[in-house]
Amino acid sequence: MLAWAVIRPRGWPEAALAVPAALVVIATGAISLDHARAEAEQLGPVVGFLAAVLVLAHFCDVEGLFQACGAWMARWSAGRPVRLLTAVFALASVITAVLSLDATVVLLTPVVFATAARSGVRAKPHVYACTHLSNTASLLLPVSNLTNLLAFAASGLGFTRFAALMVLPWLVAIGAEYLVFRRFFARDLSSAAPGSKDTGEPPRLPLFALVTVGCTLAGFVLTSAVGVDPAWAACAGALVLAGRALARRQATALTVVKAAAPAFLAFVLALGIVVRAVVDNGLADALGHVLPSGTGLPALLGIAALAAVLANLINNLPAVLVLLPLATADGPGAVLAVLLGVNIGPNLTYAGSLATLLWRRIVHQHDHGVDIGEFTRLGLLAVPVALGGAVVALWGSLQVIGI
Amino acid sequence: MRVIVWLVEGTWPACVDAVRTHARDASEVTLLHVTEPGTAGLAHGAFAGLLGRAGSEPDPERRLVELGGTSAAELLDAAGARLGRPCTRLERTGRVEREVVAAAEGAGLLIVARDGDRSRLGPHSLGRAARFVVDHAPCPVLLVWPEGAPELTTMPPPPPHHR
Repeated sequence: MLAWAVIRPRGWPEAALAVPAALVVIATGAISLDHARAEAEQLGPVVGFLAAVLVLAHFCDVEGLFQACGAWMARWSAGRPVRLLTAVFALASVITAVLSLDATVVLLTPVVFATAARSGVRAKPHVYACTHLSNTASLLLPVSNLTNLLAFAASGLGFTRFAALMVLPWLVAIGAEYLVFRRFFARDLSSAAPGSKDTGEPPRLPLFALVTVGCTLAGFVLTSAVGVDPAWAACAGALVLAGRALARRQATALTVVKAAAPAFLAFVLALGIVVRAVVDNGLADALGHVLPSGTGLPALLGIAALAAVLANLINNLPAVLVLLPLATADGPGAVLAVLLGVNIGPNLTYAGSLATLLWRRIVHQHDHGVDIGEFTRLGLLAVPVALGGAVVALWGSLQVIGI
Repeated sequence: MRVIVWLVEGTWPACVDAVRTHARDASEVTLLHVTEPGTAGLAHGAFAGLLGRAGSEPDPERRLVELGGTSAAELLDAAGARLGRPCTRLERTGRVEREVVAAAEGAGLLIVARDGDRSRLGPHSLGRAARFVVDHAPCPVLLVWPEGAPELTTMPPPPPHHR
C-alpha cells in the first residue's frame, strides 16, 4: 500500500487504494475490530483538525495573505538577497507553524519564487529555504504538521504545553538552518541586483484573515485551558473565513469541501488502520528492541535519530504512525523526540524519502532537473546540526518545564 | 562580429554595459538567459514528500515553471532596453553552464559576469557555472566584474618560497 501511495499508478489519489486496503485488513482479521475502532476514534478528531487547518490556509490565500507576504518581503529586502533570505526564513517559519507545512509548500513557495524573480535575486536559495523550513519549522504547534497532530493525540499533552516544550527546539532548529544556509549559499546570496529597486505595489493588509488567524491561535490556548478539544477553535476559524468567502461569492460550498481535501483525509484514516495492523503483527516487537527507552539526553538523541532514519526510508507519515505506539510508553518526551526526527529528517532526501525518490525515478522517467548531489550535501550539513541542536533544546525544555 | 551576452539575475547590467564599452562594432548582439529547471523541481520534491496530497492540492511545480518563464522574459526585456540597440533574444532551459557553451558556438565574443566571491581578486571570484563556461567556451571570452574590480591589495601574497 505504501508502494502504491508512492507510485500512484495513473495518477490515482492515494486514498483509492488505502481505503480498500484498510477494509481488507479489517475483514481478514489482521487487525481486531476493537483495535481498528480505537484507531479510528483516535484519528477522527485529528482528521477533523487537519481539515479545519487546510480550509483556514486556503481561505487565507483567498483573502490575499500570501500575496501580501510577497509584497512585504520585496519591500523589506529591497533587492538585497541576504535580507530576502532572512524575510523568507521569518515568514516561512511563522506560516508553517500556524497554517501548517502544506501552506508553505503549496501556497508560499510560488510567492517566494515570484518575489525573488521580481527583485532580480537568484531564487534557488529562497526556494530551498521554503522546502527546508516546511519541515524544520513545523515543530512548534500541533497544527503545524500532520505528524504533530497524530503525536499530539497520542501524547496526552495539552496544546499550550506542547507549544511551550517545542518553542526552544523550533527556534534552535531554524537558527541552525539559517546559519547553514548563509554559508552554503554564500555565493548566490552575494549577487545583489544593481538598479533593481522595483518593490512593487504597497501591500493591502489582509486584516480580516490576520485577525481570524490570531483569534484562532488564542482559541487554541483558551480551549486547551478549559479542557475542550482545540480542533473546535480551528473549526471556528475555518468557518469564519469560509463563511465570509461564501457570503462574498468568492467561494461555493463545493470549493470549501475541496479545500478540506476529503480524499487526503480518507487516506490518513485508512493509513492509520493499515499501519496499526502492521504494528500489531510483529513490527512493534521488532522495533521495540531498536528504539532506546528512557528520557535522558542519549535516549532522546537515539530516538530522534532512529525516527529520522525511518522517515528517510519510508516517508515521515507512516514512520510516525509506526513509532508512536512504541514511544508513547516512554512518555511525552520520547514522543516529542520522535517528532523532531520525523519532521527535520526528511530534509536529507529529495522528495522526503528514499521510497518516493526511487519509485518516482523508476516509474516516471520525467527528470525534474534537481541537482540531487547539491540537495543531499545541503541536507547532510543542515539535518544533523538542526536535529542535534533541537534534541538538546528539547531535553533542556523538559528539564525546565517538566512534562 | 556576433556577440553573445550571458545574463544572470543580479549581475546582468554589467554584461549589457560591457557590450556598449567593449564591443561597439558588434554586427549582431544576442542576449542569452538560461533557466535552471531545478528550482521548480525543488518545489515538486517538497510536494511529493507530502504523502497523500496528490489530487487534493496543486503541485507548486507548474506555477513555478510559469513564473520562471515570465521572469526570464522580463529580464530580457529590461536588458534589451538597457542595451538600446537591436538585438536577438535567446531563452533556454537546462544545465546553465552547458547551455551557455552550446549557445556560444561560432560566436565572435562571449560576455560573462563573474559569479563567485567578488570581494577580492582571485580564483574564487568565479563560481561553478562561470568557471565551466570560461574553461569550455568555444570562442573568445570577455569576463567582467559586476560591481567593478576590487583593489589590487586584495590579491593574496605570493607563497613564501617564491619571495
